[in-house]
Amino acid sequence: MSSSEVKHPALNLCDSDELTHGLAGSEVLGFWVFLMSDAVIFALLFATYGVMLPATVGGPTPASEYNILPVFLETLVLLTSSFTFGMASVAMKHGAPRRQLLGWMGVTLVLGLAFLGMELHEFATMFGDNAYPTRSGYLSSFFALVTTHGLHVFFGSLWIIVMMVQVMTFGLDARVKINILRLGLFWHFLDIVWIAIFSVVYLQGLIR
Amino acid sequence: MSGPNHSKRDEIRSYATGYGLALALTGAAFAIVYWPSFASTTTLAIVLGLALVQMVVHFRFFLHISLRKSARDNLYLILFSTLIVILMVSGTLIILLNLRVRMM
Repeated sequence: MSSSEVKHPALNLCDSDELTHGLAGSEVLGFWVFLMSDAVIFALLFATYGVMLPATVGGPTPASEYNILPVFLETLVLLTSSFTFGMASVAMKHGAPRRQLLGWMGVTLVLGLAFLGMELHEFATMFGDNAYPTRSGYLSSFFALVTTHGLHVFFGSLWIIVMMVQVMTFGLDARVKINILRLGLFWHFLDIVWIAIFSVVYLQGLIR
Repeated sequence: MSGPNHSKRDEIRSYATGYGLALALTGAAFAIVYWPSFASTTTLAIVLGLALVQMVVHFRFFLHISLRKSARDNLYLILFSTLIVILMVSGTLIILLNLRVRMM
């Protein structure tokens, strides 16, 4: 068991904590398997969306409901939060002062909540236009896909809060470190799903 | 040998590179839709192509998936999931779009 091996996706602890790195292999890889099954769920929601896209029954259409600027801002916020979580992982791995780790996690949390706020505002605008989930097959599949991602971000944000509390109460023991590695995987994975959402849903709907 | 035991500085630089690339790819995808300059099918193909490249960038720089031998298992898992996803998504699309055409 060499500490210079890559044992799982996301940042590997390696020499900075050989004992935890040894444990992390199976623990984090298992979570990665779960994320791949989650990816299958998202893929099928995308397939449903693609099939339902023409089913607007004379109601709101993608071109009438989507706005490019809010979606661009949401994308920037989520992308930046992925980067700040990366900084949190590096801070944890290299034993930076604890408030630095908590700071980066806090910034990520704020960005995640800002993303959710913007998304809810966008949904509220759509509801104001009578674009609600039961209006048409297209809108049902749109809300199924985008709210599934939004719920993931919501639970990811809760998880960040839980991990910040764990870092403050338990310190950085092996269990907490492995949990933060898993949380990092989850957070980066959500950003990858969002790439698919802004390209396939929003940009495709806005192409003229 | 390039193992995963990088210095802190290298790791921060790697995240920053990934962030920069991802920003550029996102910007390009939105710009090409905001200022349309191609036919709509060409634009769609470019947007989807950029999304694919950006996913690879995220996997490489944020999730640290690489072609390195000890990281191969993670890559195999992604490739296997991709296979499953392609089978299920294309199957769904073929069956349901075919159904629509026949019901019209």
